[in-house]
Amino acid sequence: MKYSDPYLAGVGLGLVLLAAFVLTGHGLGASGAFATTAAGSVAAVAPGYAASNAYFGRYVNSPDGPWRDWLLFEILGVFVGGFLSAALAGRLRGLVERGSGVSVRSRLAIAFGGGAVMGLGAVLARGCTSGQALTGGALLSVGSWGFMLTAFAAAYAAAPAIKGSWR
Amino acid sequence: MTDLLIAFAIGVAFGFALERAGLGSARKLTGQFFLRDFTVLKVMFSAILTAMLGTFWLGRLGLIDVAFLYIPDTHLLPQLAGGAIFGLGFALAGLCPGTSWVSAATGRGDGAAVVAGLFAGVTATGLFFSRLQPFYESGGGRAWTLPQLLHLPYGVVVLLVVAMALAAFAAVNVIAKDIEVDVHLRRLVPPERRRRAGGWLAIAALALGAAAAAARTPVKPTKAAHAVKAAPRPASGC
Repeated sequence: MKYSDPYLAGVGLGLVLLAAFVLTGHGLGASGAFATTAAGSVAAVAPGYAASNAYFGRYVNSPDGPWRDWLLFEILGVFVGGFLSAALAGRLRGLVERGSGVSVRSRLAIAFGGGAVMGLGAVLARGCTSGQALTGGALLSVGSWGFMLTAFAAAYAAAPAIKGSWR
Repeated sequence: MTDLLIAFAIGVAFGFALERAGLGSARKLTGQFFLRDFTVLKVMFSAILTAMLGTFWLGRLGLIDVAFLYIPDTHLLPQLAGGAIFGLGFALAGLCPGTSWVSAATGRGDGAAVVAGLFAGVTATGLFFSRLQPFYESGGGRAWTLPQLLHLPYGVVVLLVVAMALAAFAAVNVIAKDIEVDVHLRRLVPPERRRRAGGWLAIAALALGAAAAAARTPVKPTKAAHAVKAAPRPASGC
C-alpha cells in the first residue's frame, strides 16, 4: 500500500502536535524518553550515584521517579502507533535497510554508532527533531531554529561521504 | 494516571502519522540528504506550519492561553553545537530518535540498532556530564523567540515562516523533477499517493498566515485589557 501524501501526513502530524499543546501545554519529544530510561537504568545499578549525577539526578529525583515519565509513555505510544499503521497497510516485515554494498553487520554497527552520536547531540541541544525542531520550531524558539539549521547543515555536509553506502 | 494515558494516546497518533508518511524507513529519510526524496522536509514543515498557525489562531480566538505553552529555553551555543553533532549522527543512522522507534516497530533491524545506540549515547553522555555541564548551561537559558530576536510582531513572523516553507516546497518540487530515481527505494518503499492536496493547503496556509500578520498578536483582545490600558497611572511609580 502506498504511503500518504507527505503534505497531508505533515498536517496530520501538526494536528497531533497541536493536540499535545492544547491538552498538556507542552509539545512532543523523543530523546527525553531515552534520558529518563538511562537515568532509571543507572539508578537501578547505582542508586546513590544516579541521584548525585547532575544529569540523571533530575529524572531520578523528580517526585514521580524516572519511570513515571510523560515522554516515556509517549514514546511507547509511538512504537504502538507505528506498528498499527504498518500492520494496517501491510508494511510489517523483518529486514535491515542498507545499501547493496554494505553487509548487515556493518549497517547495524553504523546505525548503532549514528544513534550514539545523536544521543550526545540531543543531550547538548536539550532535545531532538521532535522536541526542538517540531515543537520549538512551531513555537518560534530561537534555540530550536538554530538546532534545526546546524543539524541539517551537518547532515548535508556528511551526505557525500555517506551516499555511496546507500546504493 | 490520566496524564500518562494522554501521553500514550498522543504517542500512538504521533507514531501513526510518522509511519503513514514513510518515515519509518531509513532509506526514505536519507533521501532527503542525497536530494532524492524530500518527504522529511515536506512532512516537517507542514507539521510546523499546522501547529504554528493552530496555536496562533486558537490563542487569538481565546480558546487557549498561549502564555501557558512551554517554550523550550534557549542556550544558543550548546544547541548549535548539539545540532551539528546530532545532524552527523542523523545522517549516519538514517533515522532520528522518534523515527527510530517507528522503524523498529515496523520490523527493521537497523531501527532497533539506532534505538540501542541512542540509549548508549545518552547514558555515556550522562556519565561524563560533569565535564560538559559548564558548556551545557552556557548561553542564555531563557525562552527566546524569533519575534523577540527580529523585533517583529508574532503574526508577521508567522507569515514569514509560512512564506519560507512554501518557497522551500516549490524549490524542492523543481529539483525533484530531474532527480535520479533510487531503484532500491522504488522496490523497498512504496511511492506516495498523489492527492494533489498540496495546492489547496498552501493557499489555506498563506491566507491564515496573512491574517496572522494583520492580527499581529496571538492574544485575544479583551475589554479587560483595554480597561487596564485606560486606567490612570498612579502618580508615584512603584
